[in-house]
Amino acid sequence: MSAIVNGAGKVVDFVDQRITASNWLKRNIRKVFPDHWSFLLGEIALFSFIMILLSGVFLTLWFKPSMAHIVYEGAYTPMRGVGMSEAYATTLELSFEVRGGLLMRQVHHWGALIFLAAMSAHMLRVFFTGAFRKPREINWLIGVILLLLGVAAGFTGYSLPDDLLSGTGLRIIEGGMLAIPIIGTYASSFLFGGEYPGDDIIARLYPMHILLIPGLILALVTAHLMILWYQKHTHWGGPGKTNENVAGAPFYPIYVAKAGGFQFIVMGVLVLLAATIQINPVWLWGPYDPSVVSAGTQPDWYVGFLDGALRVMPAWEFYVFDRPITMSVLIPAIILPGLILTPLALYPWLEQLATGDKREHHLLDRPRNVPVRTGIGAAFITFYLLLMIAGGNDFFATVLEIPVNWITRFIQVGIIVLPPLVFVLTKRICLGLQRRDRDKVMHGRETGIVMVSPDGEFSELHAPLTPPEAYQITWHERQLPSDPGPATDANGIPNPKYRSKRVQARLSRFYFGDVVQKPTREELESAHHDGGHGHDAVEADHRDELPSGQQ
Amino acid sequence: MPRSLPGRPGGSWIGRLLSTRRRHPLAAVGVLVAVLFTTGGAYAALAPTTSQNVQAASSTQIEEGRQLFAIGCSSCHGLDGEGQVARDGEVLGPSLIGVGAAAVDFQVGTGRMPLAAPSAQAERKPVSYSQEQIDALSEFVASLAPGPERPPEEYLDPAAGNVARGGELFRTNCSQCHNTTGQGGALTMGQFAPNLTGVEPRHIYEAMLTGPQAMPVFNDKTVTPEDKRDIIAFLDSVQNEPNPGGLAIGRVGPVAEGLWAWLVGIGLLIGMATWIVTRSSKA
Repeated sequence: MSAIVNGAGKVVDFVDQRITASNWLKRNIRKVFPDHWSFLLGEIALFSFIMILLSGVFLTLWFKPSMAHIVYEGAYTPMRGVGMSEAYATTLELSFEVRGGLLMRQVHHWGALIFLAAMSAHMLRVFFTGAFRKPREINWLIGVILLLLGVAAGFTGYSLPDDLLSGTGLRIIEGGMLAIPIIGTYASSFLFGGEYPGDDIIARLYPMHILLIPGLILALVTAHLMILWYQKHTHWGGPGKTNENVAGAPFYPIYVAKAGGFQFIVMGVLVLLAATIQINPVWLWGPYDPSVVSAGTQPDWYVGFLDGALRVMPAWEFYVFDRPITMSVLIPAIILPGLILTPLALYPWLEQLATGDKREHHLLDRPRNVPVRTGIGAAFITFYLLLMIAGGNDFFATVLEIPVNWITRFIQVGIIVLPPLVFVLTKRICLGLQRRDRDKVMHGRETGIVMVSPDGEFSELHAPLTPPEAYQITWHERQLPSDPGPATDANGIPNPKYRSKRVQARLSRFYFGDVVQKPTREELESAHHDGGHGHDAVEADHRDELPSGQQ
Repeated sequence: MPRSLPGRPGGSWIGRLLSTRRRHPLAAVGVLVAVLFTTGGAYAALAPTTSQNVQAASSTQIEEGRQLFAIGCSSCHGLDGEGQVARDGEVLGPSLIGVGAAAVDFQVGTGRMPLAAPSAQAERKPVSYSQEQIDALSEFVASLAPGPERPPEEYLDPAAGNVARGGELFRTNCSQCHNTTGQGGALTMGQFAPNLTGVEPRHIYEAMLTGPQAMPVFNDKTVTPEDKRDIIAFLDSVQNEPNPGGLAIGRVGPVAEGLWAWLVGIGLLIGMATWIVTRSSKA
């Protein structure tokens, strides 16, 4: 035993004397990570990506990215004698003849769906808790690019088997490209090597899918994690948890064990899904034939919103110099993704514009404490979900037994009406939650014990919060809307920056104008003096905001 | 009456009858009857037999069908199947003259008729008539005017069809509405292409032949009886095919898969994440 320890010691010493790694290790191996379930969403994405890489390597050993036409003579009897491409035939071979092939295909596909779902959930977590604020804007941007690359990886992979479903997806891509004015036809010809579908596209998507995109993802994930490591993880505030520290458990041994264990859990869940639930049974869809479009054709969920946008878009088209400008395809397929992605990528800077805040933030926001941001997020989710439902409008029509035209019309109207409505509702809910927090801090928890005074007055007994309880809901900063200041100074000289400051103040008022502030020290003291009965006096200043009857 | 004129050939008695009675007032009628019998007999002897299984419609069966029709169908389709149109132009029931026995067998045999209530589309429901009654109704409607016959048994056997060819035919002609595995799909304004799982071969054949509701007619020229048999074989094969990958989740593709990925996959993993962070972190 001691011989082994001595031997290992010698090796470590050899390495250390040459690259002096022990200092670096000592500093980094005890790196602290905070504990919260929502911090593990990104890990789900990372671990499912590893699983995709592993199963993908297996699939490349048999899959042939060729559109050469052959007649199938393989093991799947219902398809024998049918003409198809080699890509489709080798996918059938993987499914029915290669040992473990179907399981690997299903791990790969479930992994892709979970990878993108986990990335999206991770991104929503980062958004709603304000983890994208300075100094983490770059990592936010990398995250947006990673999501985009994830979708690209998913879509190129979805297209490879050359089955009826994937071919129809490519057809829609071709349609979207053709809708681009002037260069559309050239771009499509370039991609497909001539007229659609040609016989190049599978061979061209293949290197993108197995080399280019995963390589970029791998590089950016590395950068993402290195920046995370360098900047340290954000955490929730609380007793002993401030903007200047990170409270949690050390990387080694706690997080090595936890993250390592979680990796096995993620892989286990993926294999469980793959082993028990059938995904993309391409042998049922049949080989691709450009003349055939099946009912119930949808893309995987992460492209569903684009398909949905195409489906609900009214048929707008006009002619310029006898050339058609097909807005009904151009808007949903080309313009909409840009309209979604640009504000998404720039959001950290957009919010900085409103807050005017250039400080570093390592404490997370509780979503209720930034009602406008939370409202914007909820409105976006509504918008996105509506488009996704539109992408499966035929599916929902048959399952719910309602006319597909109603669903389409509902979404055409809903996409305009519902996001603002959800924004207002979410904001009101956040303000209500903030008001409850404030009430709890000032007057304590409601106990449900109703007292009758000798005069016959009824009142409910409130139990004061303990200091840690109170701190738990008041550690956040007070956010006041900024004031543009006077337009002219004392000598009547106009302030040259006044205009931009006024714009900034307006944005700031939009964000923080009606935030319910946590009580000040004075308010708290006077409330406690009243012994919990000063409900009305203390809240009088907020009365005007409340609809009558709410108290 | 002279026995015969001199110089006239003797001949047999038929020849004599024909020659002597040819000016008879009923001679033309007699010739007509004889020609009709000859051609009719020749047609019956030489025409291809379209069906062996269909029993010859007896007049009692047609009569029984007429009575059933008067009770169950005539309120919309009229007493003689001529259809009914309300004053405002709304069609209460289309004319059934010429729709043939196949249409009746399909509509009544799948429970679509009699209609429970007017709606965008008649739906499959429990059958209200016995097979004898359906046969009687079919014969009655077929007796109104010729139309598509019920299919012969030999084209209904899935085992006799070519599954691979049927799959190609199905994807080319049917999957646009019924989906590649016959799961059905949505059409406009509440109409839909029904799920074909569990539909009897006879009804699949009759649906192609008669084109009920929104479905186009695939007559025997565009999709031959052999093609129809292949399609029936394909549907039978798809329905009875096991799911090697596990739970089928409806075999409807990405929508169901996406729902499972989010609800079950991410749901389970977030549950696991919540569990793992609650574990003690005492080193």
